[in-house]
Amino acid sequence: MLKTSPFHSRTAPLVRAQTWRRWAGYQMASAYDPHPDREYAAIRNAASLIDVSPLYKYRITGRDAARLLDRMVTRDVTKLRVGQVFYTPWCDVAGKVIDDGTISRLDEGTFRLTSADSSLRWLAMNAVGMEVVIEDVSERIGALAIQGPLARAVLAQVSPADLAALKYFRLVQTTVRDIPVTISRTGYTGDLGYEIWVEATEAAALWDTLIEAGTPHGITPAGVWALDLARIEAGLVMLDVDYHSAHRALIEDQKSSPYELNLAWAVSAEKGPFNGRRALAAERARGAAWGFVGLAVEWESLERRFAERHLPPHISNIAWRASVPVYRLGDQVGYATSGCWSPLLKQSLALAHLRAPHFAPGTRVQIEITVEHRRTRADAIVVKLPFFDPERKRS
Amino acid sequence: MNAARFDAIVIGGGHNGLVTAAYLARAGRTVLVLERRPLLGGAAVTEEVFPGFKFSVFSYVVSLLRPEIIRDLNLPRHGLQILPLESTVTPLDNGDYLASWADPDETRRELCRHSPHDADAAVLFGRVMHHMAMAVKPILGMVPPDPTSLSPADVMGFLRLGGHFRSLGAERFHALHKLMTMSSADYLDEWFEFDPLKATKSASGIIGTFLGPRSPGSAYVLLHHYMGEIDGAFRAWGFQKGGTGAISESIARAAQAFGATIRTGAAVERVLTRDGQATGVALESGEEIAAKVVVSGLDPRLTFTKLVEPKQLPDDLVEGVRRYKFRGSSGKVNLALDGLPDLTCLPGVGPHLRGAISISPSLAYLERAYDDAKYGEFSSHPYMDIVIPSMIDPGMAPPGKHVMSIFVQYAPYALNGGWNDAKREAFGDAVVATLARYAPNLPSRILHRQVLTPADVERITGLSEGNIFQGELALQQLFFLRPVPAWAKYRTPVGGYWQCGAGTHPGGGIMGGSGRLAALEILKEGA
Repeated sequence: MLKTSPFHSRTAPLVRAQTWRRWAGYQMASAYDPHPDREYAAIRNAASLIDVSPLYKYRITGRDAARLLDRMVTRDVTKLRVGQVFYTPWCDVAGKVIDDGTISRLDEGTFRLTSADSSLRWLAMNAVGMEVVIEDVSERIGALAIQGPLARAVLAQVSPADLAALKYFRLVQTTVRDIPVTISRTGYTGDLGYEIWVEATEAAALWDTLIEAGTPHGITPAGVWALDLARIEAGLVMLDVDYHSAHRALIEDQKSSPYELNLAWAVSAEKGPFNGRRALAAERARGAAWGFVGLAVEWESLERRFAERHLPPHISNIAWRASVPVYRLGDQVGYATSGCWSPLLKQSLALAHLRAPHFAPGTRVQIEITVEHRRTRADAIVVKLPFFDPERKRS
Repeated sequence: MNAARFDAIVIGGGHNGLVTAAYLARAGRTVLVLERRPLLGGAAVTEEVFPGFKFSVFSYVVSLLRPEIIRDLNLPRHGLQILPLESTVTPLDNGDYLASWADPDETRRELCRHSPHDADAAVLFGRVMHHMAMAVKPILGMVPPDPTSLSPADVMGFLRLGGHFRSLGAERFHALHKLMTMSSADYLDEWFEFDPLKATKSASGIIGTFLGPRSPGSAYVLLHHYMGEIDGAFRAWGFQKGGTGAISESIARAAQAFGATIRTGAAVERVLTRDGQATGVALESGEEIAAKVVVSGLDPRLTFTKLVEPKQLPDDLVEGVRRYKFRGSSGKVNLALDGLPDLTCLPGVGPHLRGAISISPSLAYLERAYDDAKYGEFSSHPYMDIVIPSMIDPGMAPPGKHVMSIFVQYAPYALNGGWNDAKREAFGDAVVATLARYAPNLPSRILHRQVLTPADVERITGLSEGNIFQGELALQQLFFLRPVPAWAKYRTPVGGYWQCGAGTHPGGGIMGGSGRLAALEILKEGA
């Protein structure tokens, strides 16, 4: 039996075409309308409400809480201040990524870790000999993302928090109407937005409040299809889609280091001992074998390939998730793992793993496409991620 | 006057003028755009007509903007953001409605409610129109070859065109010929039985044209519309965030990024010439600016009879321009609302308010609306294409309030007795009263009303006779006949003086095709 999210009583009646999907053991909406166009547009144009409750959430307290997290992840948690959020990957001893997520410092001794996959065992293994309490609060806490250029305007109506002062990757413990919440200036869309963390019992009331306040601003519930388009434009990796957890990989080749996932910025070169430190230092010194980059597929080339079969190019309104070969000068140099037609950028985009030295921005490659049952290749160019990075994301 | 300070001056900062400027600047030319009004965009402008309420004052949706322009000028990086406009609802006189939704299966089920026959026919019709549009589409990106010329380029152009049509096969070629010659009503009669469906589909065949659904030639304009649907694959159909003015601004920003200079509030009085060669422009302020090339984005009447002395031009050209049909036939009513209209056929707030509402209950209704115009009156019960942009782009109105854009046809430019304030208000009243038949609460929701007749369109934008396409999209003035035979390749008889407005091929709508092709021709000449 799949679980339902704390917002299920509100989201379920809106899923018109019964387009549900599984997400970490939960039954979640792919889209509310039969197609995600309008839901995606709300993320980039107005405000969207996205239920992200299936994320795993852990509350970590005790004298050694910071020490535990610092030992586990690649960023320097000793620098994480109260009210701040870090995005970070974490690695095994060989420096291969197990998962990625966020760490919030709720107060001096209380942290919250979110992850895509269950992390309880790994936390416990790292906590050996430490004085910490690790609590799985995944089901106790609902998470609702409000994302889009008008997200702040909507939230400001119903929360006393000084949202204008709440900087990117900061959080505040506050209320929405009378509901106690944590609001973090975070999201998975690359847009202006917040994630609201609420006790599951109050989730429905939070939803109702935001819908009511947001309706004059065009607030639109959005499902995973819309979120997926936005996160690809934002160049954000997804576990089990763009990379495999080092804990689940069956062979070495399935593993990736943070350097191979475009996450070099999230690996501290200065911090003390942590999982994978030595391996990552060595990799830093010799250079990563793979790069994780954006591919912009050239429209003229797509058009030509389809025109050969007397068709206009086929454009899907949902993202694809598959491994697709990428070539350079005839040889395969890597593979793309997800992609979409960007409704905003009017461009066909893909996220790809390319072998050194083929991942420098501007490199011309070819990506496999299928036209009328036949495999062929379209021209693409390597671009730096993110594809879309509006000022308002950090403003 | 000093030696040429600019390689090119573009007269008119409408979207085509801006496209021309951007392409010329992209090729390294120094370019100056001169716009008479304080804001850019021509008929694609957004204005805060009433405090807090923003309107796409004239042109209000985008469907045909050429994908190659979006790419070449990188418009999404400069602010192009097209939001989905998903549905069309036609309220019927019996209290029911006809809807077309974003999902094809939903649309088919809806149509089935009215006519199972038409539900099936619509699928086949869509396929035929797809092929027709695919057949015609290459022409949009082509400089019209001259059929009377034996120059290699023209002959090659026609050979290419001929080969293209031969590749269609007999059946599709015949269908295309029918589309080119029939009325939209006759053409649709061959396919459908449900009258409101035919009426709603035929409406796109009359927009901006002084034709009724039963007038021959109107079927072609249907096809023009379907071309937007193929590019629907490219998803360039819908609302621009911030209104159509934001499209113009995105093109302007692209042009500036390539180095173009843009001046607003700079009305050009005339093109300066010496020995049959353009040398620059004179502004109404008296200022003179030199340039090697002058490009007019204005319509053919202004381009050939106002900006230059007609006596410098061949008589047949002047005569051709005189005969060129403008005949503005539509008006616009923009409403600021303090709440949403409640349709009798679909009460309450629903997805239908995020799409278009078409007042086209029957073919007879449209034809009668045309009858009024034929005899010099505005339609007492006009065809209307209505959208509520604030439902999709909340920034267009204060929270909880709305803006409604009503495209109205027919409103003849040559109204009996001419347009005046009283006639304008009577026209606005007819629009609101007609709409109130389908949404009785609408009048009580209106906070402000802006009524624009073709005379107003002409006065504000400069478009002759208020024609939104810079001249009708009628077969006798399309392709190598646009605007006049022998002068369809963006050139003029004055050396270095060019045309780039919608009065040239392919014209019409926020397409930019004219502006792009003109720029490519200018560059080809090595200017």
